[in-house]
Amino acid sequence: MIFLELFFGFLKVGCFAFGGAYGAIPLIREAVLSYGWLDDEMLTCMIAVSESTPGPIMVNLATYVGSSQAGLPGSIIATLAVVLPSFIIILLITALLKTVLKNEYVQAVLRGLKPCMIGIILATGVCMILRNGIVIQSGTLLIRPLILTAVLGAIYFGSEKVMNGGISPILLICISAVAGLAAYGL
Amino acid sequence: MTVTAVTNTAVSIIARETDPGEKPGGCPVIHPGPVGGNDNAEKHNGNESANMNMFFDLFLTFAKVGMFTFGGGYAMIALIENICVEKKRWITHDEMMNITVIAESTPGPIAINCATYVGYKQNGFAGALAATIGIIFPSFCIIFVISRYLDHFLEITWIAYAFRGIRIAVGILILDAAVKMLQKMRKKPRPLAFMFSAFAVMLLINIFSVRISSIILMLTAGLISLIIFIMSKSAAKGGAGK
Repeated sequence: MIFLELFFGFLKVGCFAFGGAYGAIPLIREAVLSYGWLDDEMLTCMIAVSESTPGPIMVNLATYVGSSQAGLPGSIIATLAVVLPSFIIILLITALLKTVLKNEYVQAVLRGLKPCMIGIILATGVCMILRNGIVIQSGTLLIRPLILTAVLGAIYFGSEKVMNGGISPILLICISAVAGLAAYGL
Repeated sequence: MTVTAVTNTAVSIIARETDPGEKPGGCPVIHPGPVGGNDNAEKHNGNESANMNMFFDLFLTFAKVGMFTFGGGYAMIALIENICVEKKRWITHDEMMNITVIAESTPGPIAINCATYVGYKQNGFAGALAATIGIIFPSFCIIFVISRYLDHFLEITWIAYAFRGIRIAVGILILDAAVKMLQKMRKKPRPLAFMFSAFAVMLLINIFSVRISSIILMLTAGLISLIIFIMSKSAAKGGAGK
């Protein structure tokens, strides 16, 4: 039953997405791949689209996956499921459990959980760069992805050093689109 | 931060949008202070329409926030602060700081956490619902429309080429987000140990494509940290007892 799968798949994502949008990406990737909803390439494209459209990234991804699998009802179910846990948790905290986050045991759990999340996001970023940047096809290392990765990385991280704040993620996506066109289309 | 430029433009758009609209709309004057379910038994008939007005006000306000912030997360915080604290005076600056701290320790997008909190403070459960649905509504519509066409769109050769570049950019953005979080993290041995072991395990999982969910990884880390805390606490108690 696709609706139940979507609901529980994204409910799990919503429950564990600490660390904001980028924390949700590894979880969404796992859910999407294990249920076979999208492939890695399509998901990465969609992350870029979510980044370039308004709204929280994980909500956008949920809407997209839901819609691609089961149309409008699917997208509504996936979107609600991904938002539901944080909605309930905030209600509980503000209405009933004002001190729960100050509880030392809760603090202890969070102390382990948050660095772990950072490690997971870091690994996801590294893997994505490796997968898209170092492409080996029939025994030879493709040169164009490698150059694209080096150039885009240099532009993004270099701009942080040179100008205050660096270039925005949306601008990087625009530049990368032009670079991709230039590298493969010319 | 890179988001500030985006936020500033978004804020100015909102400022232009809300200012003229507010006066003729005649939204109810909100008194800062304890707001909750304690509606004084003033006028019963007046209360209901004021509640409805508040309901729509919350929905529309957060729909605007959802409409004009790109990149999610912290871009939204600046805008929510601008509207809810300075313009509408729904919550105080301190409350806003508080939510940001809470949001960092709870799952889910910060913007959703803020919307739920502000909505609840203004109008209880219904308010929370109105604000939360309001903030996801615009992006839901946009993404839904995109999802109908993205497949066909990607079949165009030129677009496919562009997305080969874009996919690399996405990896860089995720890496950058992790590096920024790492820089903010306290550089103490224990968090660093948690971070690096999670990183290593996650890399291995990816390389050998093992089916271990990162949720298991997070739960394990939380549990280990809890056990360490309980053990060190009982050790300290034992030490003090002697």
